[in-house]
Amino acid sequence: MESALVEELIKKFEGSTQRESLDIPAANVPADLLLSVAEWLRNEQGFDLLMDVTAIDWSEDVSPRFTGIYHFASSTKHNYIRIAADCEDDVEPELPTLAKLYPAANWHERETYDLLGIRYKGHPDLRRILMWDDYPYFPLRKEFPLAGIETEFPAADVAEAAGGAKVIPAPMMGGPFHAPQTGAMSKREPRAADQSWNEEKPKPNND
Amino acid sequence: MASETEISYGDIAGRAAQYDKDELRGEEMVLNMGPSHPATHGVLRLKLKLDGDIISGCDPVIGYLHRGDEKLAENMTYNQFVPYTDRLDYLAPLANNVAYAIAVERLAGIDVPERCKAIRIICCELARISSHLLGLGVYGMDTGALTTFMYTFTEREKLYTLFEELTGARFTTSYTRIGGLTRDMPDGWMGRVNHFCNQLIPVVDELDKLLTRNRIFMDRTRDIGIISKEDALAWGLTGANLRASGHDLDIRKAQPYCGYENYDFDVPIGSAGDCYDRYLVRMEELRQSIRIVQQAIAKMPDGLWYNDEAKKIFKPQKDKVLTSMEELIQNFMIVTEGPQIPAGEVYFEAENPKGVLAFFIHSKGGGVPYRLKIRGPSFCSLSILEHLCPGHMMSDVPVILGSLDFVMGECDR
Repeated sequence: MESALVEELIKKFEGSTQRESLDIPAANVPADLLLSVAEWLRNEQGFDLLMDVTAIDWSEDVSPRFTGIYHFASSTKHNYIRIAADCEDDVEPELPTLAKLYPAANWHERETYDLLGIRYKGHPDLRRILMWDDYPYFPLRKEFPLAGIETEFPAADVAEAAGGAKVIPAPMMGGPFHAPQTGAMSKREPRAADQSWNEEKPKPNND
Repeated sequence: MASETEISYGDIAGRAAQYDKDELRGEEMVLNMGPSHPATHGVLRLKLKLDGDIISGCDPVIGYLHRGDEKLAENMTYNQFVPYTDRLDYLAPLANNVAYAIAVERLAGIDVPERCKAIRIICCELARISSHLLGLGVYGMDTGALTTFMYTFTEREKLYTLFEELTGARFTTSYTRIGGLTRDMPDGWMGRVNHFCNQLIPVVDELDKLLTRNRIFMDRTRDIGIISKEDALAWGLTGANLRASGHDLDIRKAQPYCGYENYDFDVPIGSAGDCYDRYLVRMEELRQSIRIVQQAIAKMPDGLWYNDEAKKIFKPQKDKVLTSMEELIQNFMIVTEGPQIPAGEVYFEAENPKGVLAFFIHSKGGGVPYRLKIRGPSFCSLSILEHLCPGHMMSDVPVILGSLDFVMGECDR
């Protein structure tokens, strides 16, 4: 989508490009310029609301693997802009934090770190927020199975009370069912996207 | 004869600052409030650092209701995800259904007929009434006014009967589909909604009389939990919480969707940004929602309630499926592979009862979203607690929580 704002942004910040979008103006910016872009948007363009921070995982075999997505809004002019920044490192993705500019970014970035494993440089309090503190995986990454992975209980005393039981993957026999759109017709029956345990594969032992 | 003395509750933060210097300051105590506590309205846990009765630190712990909705969305078709949107803000499921449907329709580049839009607006506003009734009822309870809860829950029960008639379910409505609705309104339903609205107006007035000038309620909520306009924007607060701080931002007016531009309603704005203002804003929104519903009923257009040109997106009608080959195939494809949505990215915001609910969807084409991010307004409302609670008394915490009107379903997702 064409926009004067994005054109100005591209002119001002070297290396930024127009981003494909169906609705609001959008731009790709280099990760190291993200903070100055946000500063410019906030102080000079009136984008006083950081609506959303998230990221997309393009799967393991793609590089760059992670793209951080930011949605800024102006509460007075009622316009929006989407900023995307690719993480340079695919194994240990990193982006600069916006928490000092927008306090709202604090929790959004914690959530993105929690679910996708992107570290935000300079974040005041980068802890997990939705999953428990010692959780070893990043569940929104594409390689993480829908059913989950067997892990220890969050609290040692609970685990002991439960007799050494573990958090086990969920049964996926019930779905969600839908047919893949590629591959041979014979394989394209609606089936659960992820089957952790079913009639053939027994439930993991959890005594 | 007892002499009159003035009791001032203002400037608690100032008094807390004095305590910092005080050498008599006692040992700090950490108190866990929640995750199972009636005042936390769900499974919110607050780690409060207390100095006597005054809070010196607050660390909200969330995630007890995390179900991984975003992960689930990546593994199912667009229509299969509709029931999951019920469980975001489970006090206003219809509004979530509508927001999600419009987000995907923007992605697909389709529009819906006027009748469908009008029904959706009735749904959104009834959901807002339902959510605010609960919000105000339990807010009254949090401050000690138990009666209000009885009044509001009686009305909510009537609303649930209407929802059941419309959607088949009281709570988990799953009413919208991409490109339309599950079904048209039943005969005579609009009349019953109109009747409900007419009898709700005096009830709202009565609620107003119970709370608005109630001395105890005012003492407990005024000058408590003051959020300045700047803070509200910085922490990304939206909806009634932002408007109570004096900022005029309502997505229904700013970026009208679903035909809101054709309706006449006012957006109430607060001035002080304290707990009392947040209550007043919600109370007025209740009245405005009734206005919108009655306008929608008065000018309900005829016509289709789904987009019949969106062949690969909206499921054909049952009579066609059973009689025509082409529709049968379409039905089969939409059910098994999902509605065919083109590649692209959209970000759609809807003004929900709790604030701005937004969906960011990245699609690579086909029936399944590649990435779907839900921006829950309650998540942002709660993030301000770390900043807001310190300096207040322990007994103010339930009032602040009640005034923010959050719901953990969409906070934890």
